[in-house]
Amino acid sequence: MSVPRYWREIKYRYRLIGGACTDCGAAFFPRRAICPRCGSRDLEEYKLSERGSVVSWTIIRNPPKDYEKYAPYVVALIELDDGVRVLSQVVDAEAEEMEAGMRVEATFRRVREDGSSGIIEYGYKFRPVIE
Amino acid sequence: MRRVAVAGVGLTPVREHWESSHRDLFAEAALKAFDEAGTDEIDALYVSSMGSAILQRQLHLGAMMADVLGKRGITALRVEAASASGGVAFHEGVKAVASGLNDCVLVGGVEKMSDVLPGEVTSSLAMSEDQEYTAYTGVTKTGLSAIIHRHYMERFGVEAEEVAAFAVRGHEHAVGCPHAQYPFKISVERLLASPMEADPIHVLECSSIGDGAAAVLLRPAEEVEDGVEVASTAVATGIYNLTGRPDILTFDSVREAAARALDASGVSHGDIDVLEVHDDTTITGVISLEDLGFVEKGKGAAYVAEGGTARGSELPTNTFGGLKARGNPLGATGLYQIVEVALQIRGDAGPCQVDGAEVGLAQSAGGLGSTCAVTVLRRG
Repeated sequence: MSVPRYWREIKYRYRLIGGACTDCGAAFFPRRAICPRCGSRDLEEYKLSERGSVVSWTIIRNPPKDYEKYAPYVVALIELDDGVRVLSQVVDAEAEEMEAGMRVEATFRRVREDGSSGIIEYGYKFRPVIE
Repeated sequence: MRRVAVAGVGLTPVREHWESSHRDLFAEAALKAFDEAGTDEIDALYVSSMGSAILQRQLHLGAMMADVLGKRGITALRVEAASASGGVAFHEGVKAVASGLNDCVLVGGVEKMSDVLPGEVTSSLAMSEDQEYTAYTGVTKTGLSAIIHRHYMERFGVEAEEVAAFAVRGHEHAVGCPHAQYPFKISVERLLASPMEADPIHVLECSSIGDGAAAVLLRPAEEVEDGVEVASTAVATGIYNLTGRPDILTFDSVREAAARALDASGVSHGDIDVLEVHDDTTITGVISLEDLGFVEKGKGAAYVAEGGTARGSELPTNTFGGLKARGNPLGATGLYQIVEVALQIRGDAGPCQVDGAEVGLAQSAGGLGSTCAVTVLRRG
């Protein structure tokens, strides 16, 4: 993994920053150059909600390269409380507990390592909310 | 615009071709198409490949394959649109002939997947998705399909057996097909007893790793006797990331490409005698059937399970096995579909023949339905 490529995304991945349209109010993640709803170019950075609900999910059993040591792991489509949807691993949960509608919150975790001498990448994962 | 016809087709069996390189495979398919057409005097070459940069560490396939075919001075390039590459390359080739810019165009797809370890294939498949925000989560291509598969079953109250029927039907159709990678039947019970690949998707619901090449020679229709005419082609994109789609169970790209292709050809759904759809997993096959407009949303799995896509039915679908049983050599797959529709219309489909097939449609998808190419062919 190239260090600049990782470094460029740090703000968005560490803080869950997407984009929002100042004309129509649409919010989205990741950010875009033109609003997908109204076509406006007047966009600003937007801090996403950090809580949401699982829409659907899977368990990855044959992972891509650099994710082998985490498998099996859960990846879910999550609808945040502000309506924006994100894809994320769900951690601290057994597969048996997973269900649509489950309440989850963002957390900061290690994502992958680039061998024994490369950089260690971090970012968001989600975990069940303990009320 | 000129009318365009298929003057010749060629393909290799889909296999793990340990003794053949991607040059060998491409040449085999291309030479067959030349021989059928009775000419190799091409003035343009479109090579479709999804993974050559990663799986073969090879770029510049246009010039390379032109040289393999002994051609100098022609226009040649590679077309890439993930696993829709073949259908998109065909669309480009048709435009070249229809416009009058070229008179004899070869569109050939090739993929050589078996030289690398399966983990690398898994990573390369995920490269069709957003590296920074989708692949970054560790999700695989099949994992994305699994997320919509589960949601489909929950929203519409569909059973695993009904979705699985798509793969079972593909295997039934592949029996006797000489170019199919897996020309044998599997039962629903065996499929559901196979290990999970990405829950709720079982290993036997997924297309596999295979090498292959398929090619089509295009010429102006007035110069081709007894040919297969290209009634229309269309390519459309949808919202790239699954997270941005208002409904994750609808592929907008498929709806748009199908509407445009049918409108341009004047063909209606009822006219289609044979259909090839993109089933890299069972659920993508089901959703494709629905978004092409053949079956109501939510009813696709039950339609297949009840026999709706069988060879003797109203809508014979994936008549050589589809991606699951014929095989899915990525960038070549869309051209396998088009060659197969042409073989059906010519009456050359052997044991896979659908009686009296005159009009056929092929649908090729890239990513999880973010690109779709639709091709309509009819007897010339």
